[in-house]
Amino acid sequence: MGNLPKITKKSVPMAEQSPEERIHNFNEVPLGYTPEEAIAEASRCLHCVNPTCIEGCPVHIRIPDFIQAIKDGDFAKSIAIIKEDSSLPAVCGRVCPQEEQCQEKCIMGKIGDPIFIGKLERFVADWEASQGIEVTPVKGKREGKVAIIGAGPAGLTAAGELAKYGYEVVVFEALHDTGGVLRYGIPEFRLPKSIIDREVEYIKRLGVKIELDMVIGRTLSIDDLWADGFDAIFIGTGAGLPKFMGIPGENLNQVYSANEFLTRVNLMKAYLFPEYDTPIKIGKRVGIVGGGNVAMDAARTAVRLGAEKVYVIYRRTEKEMPARIEEIAHAKEEGIIFHFLSNPVEILGDADGNVVGMKCIRMQLGEPDESGRRKPIPIEGSEFTIELETVVTSIGTGPNPILLKAFPGLKLNRRGYIEADPETGATSIEGVYAGGDIVTGSATVILAMGAGKKSAKAIHEYISSKKK
Amino acid sequence: MYEILATRMLAPKIFEFEVKAPNVARKAQAGQFLIIRLHERGERIPLTIADYNRDIGSITIVFQVVGKTTDELSTFKEGDKLADVVGPLGNPSELENGKKVVLIGGGVGIAPIYPIAKSLKEANNEVVSIIGSRTAELLFWEDKMKQVSDRLIVCTDDGTKGRKGFVTEALEGLINEGEKIDRVWAIGPMIMMKFVASVAKKYNVPTTVSLNTIMVDGTGMCGACRCTVDGKIKFACADGPEFDAFKVDFDELLKRAIRFKEEEKIAYERYLKGRGA
Ligand SMILES: Cc1cc2nc3c(=O)[nH]c(=O)nc-3n(C[C@H](O)[C@H](O)[C@H](O)COP(=O)(O)OP(=O)(O)OC[C@H]3O[C@@H](n4cnc5c(N)ncnc54)[C@H](O)[C@@H]3O)c2cc1C
Ligand code: FES
Repeated sequence: MGNLPKITKKSVPMAEQSPEERIHNFNEVPLGYTPEEAIAEASRCLHCVNPTCIEGCPVHIRIPDFIQAIKDGDFAKSIAIIKEDSSLPAVCGRVCPQEEQCQEKCIMGKIGDPIFIGKLERFVADWEASQGIEVTPVKGKREGKVAIIGAGPAGLTAAGELAKYGYEVVVFEALHDTGGVLRYGIPEFRLPKSIIDREVEYIKRLGVKIELDMVIGRTLSIDDLWADGFDAIFIGTGAGLPKFMGIPGENLNQVYSANEFLTRVNLMKAYLFPEYDTPIKIGKRVGIVGGGNVAMDAARTAVRLGAEKVYVIYRRTEKEMPARIEEIAHAKEEGIIFHFLSNPVEILGDADGNVVGMKCIRMQLGEPDESGRRKPIPIEGSEFTIELETVVTSIGTGPNPILLKAFPGLKLNRRGYIEADPETGATSIEGVYAGGDIVTGSATVILAMGAGKKSAKAIHEYISSKKK
Repeated sequence: MYEILATRMLAPKIFEFEVKAPNVARKAQAGQFLIIRLHERGERIPLTIADYNRDIGSITIVFQVVGKTTDELSTFKEGDKLADVVGPLGNPSELENGKKVVLIGGGVGIAPIYPIAKSLKEANNEVVSIIGSRTAELLFWEDKMKQVSDRLIVCTDDGTKGRKGFVTEALEGLINEGEKIDRVWAIGPMIMMKFVASVAKKYNVPTTVSLNTIMVDGTGMCGACRCTVDGKIKFACADGPEFDAFKVDFDELLKRAIRFKEEEKIAYERYLKGRGA
């Protein structure tokens, strides 16, 4: 055959639970590759001389190399290559928007399907877990103690990396469980909680101490942390503060923010009510306002909770939707109805405060706004009403407020997020670093993970220079 | 896990627990609350911090059995452990000094009004307290309240103890006595706070209420606790729990408080059946 790669235009599909089946359960939708399937998909890689996929990856994983290792059947080597740059491959393989990152840049995509890089990443990460992850005990402890605020992907990654450098690391988390958005936001059917447990277990075995039920800014102050002898602090508190639309009826009883809706279901397991104590109430018809991943997660969750009709109301067109294409496709397969170019103007309620419907107005796209997307403009007189019992608003979030309010010296940017050096996470205060959504605003897991990693390195350099 | 150090029944269905939670006790201040979860399957419920002891690292909670979680909690014994206690949450009361203040606690609201009365007394205010309940046997902490008040007025709806009538009538009585009141603090059932607000407003006496809304995280991340104050959305957990009573939309809160009424009933009935009650 020589060295010329054989070109296979079609990618190897990953088996999924059928829509009819999965709308009745919360189990993961894609089922994973078999080793044979993974090798077949890996074999499609052209191994470009100048691989552009790496540019597309926010943390520059050596993608062609890990794919080559899969092709060679050396899965252990493959995952080791990924782990040089990513701490959460099983998570990122599932939830990264690969179609606009690595896969978008894949040369194969120009002549056929791009290589399913994300699915391959997931495969080797799951393979490793099935082997039982070995933790090599950290050799050579270093002097120094670091506090991490928030156990989301940014905080957990920073913690793991710093533990590997040999520092004493304590993670403080406000909730009763770890993972941040991975636990309370992203649903089980997209990211099984057992994967987060596995990652957290790994980090704990590296020696990281995790303290739950600790709201920094309330339970402990930043000054308390300094007084406890921490040499540096990393802030990864996320962007969880839900925004509301500011329209009449928004505080009616069954109007949830997406965060409340998803937290009840994911973190508190309301889908198992009354076996679990936290209730959720949805009625027969649910309207989701917004067009991002969060909106898709809320819509697909509503279907699984038994809603008969689930609508997504989005003010632009499908093309502008920020949600991943894969998630929009999944949502459609599950029977979710999309109202594009529509915007709510009022939520209607009865005398007891229950939602009975939502009045919307049709929109048209005008000139591009500062975000580059065409600005939606209401069409006068085009109001229409959808009958609903529940509304979930998913129109964006702001910075988590408590820590920032309790830390007046910390410099924030114009949008209210922490101002931090993009390369190191260094903030306006010496020894304090920050990364993830609390710096960028709501972004992605991979960016939060990458920021945690960069900050860990910077904190290591900071502490080493101080202790010299 | 957070160990229960002592339990006491204060009145039928009203309980006082002392719980070991050094992290919360160290920082607790009047007006703040905490969130507890009984066990792995439990919901997160907010309870006001009724008292704290920094020396032994404990906090005191007072709760009334109104549904599944509070009923189950009432069966916990000394030595049992709660899965989670997180706090102190919310902003501490903004305390003035050298003023004349009236503190109103209705029903289980007597418990959260106590630490505020205590702190106000320590800050050299003249403290007049009004505590009320439906009937005499539901009253508690009279002695504790007496200790931190210059004057204590007790009322019951049915007149079985103290003054017959609602706390609002006692407040109006005070105002009519010609007392110059600088501020009123009221904690109790939402409907009581609404009426206190309207009486106080009539005489233009500034009033603070503490909103005990439904909550999930208690850190400003979900908006379950939202309320309308001065026409704007506020989060009781992060922006409150205390607000200017004149600006609170109580009618909306009264509706929001029963968002999950049917579900709560299902859970409670299932629980009682399981317990063979
Ligand atoms: C529903 C949903 C779906 C998403 N889907 C995707 C997706 O498919 N792909 C993708 O890449 N990204 C997705 N995202 C975005 C992604 O989850 C976030 O960008 C990422 O989790 C940010 O990580 P973080 O560590 O910065 O913050 P978070 O994950 O928000 O974690 C912050 C943690 O800090 C804790 N905390 C906050 N304040 C304090 C305090 N004062 N003291 C102690 N702890 C505190 C919080 O409780 C939380 O646990 C989604 C987000 C949501 C909400
Ligand atoms: S309880 Fe969730 S924001 Fe207040």
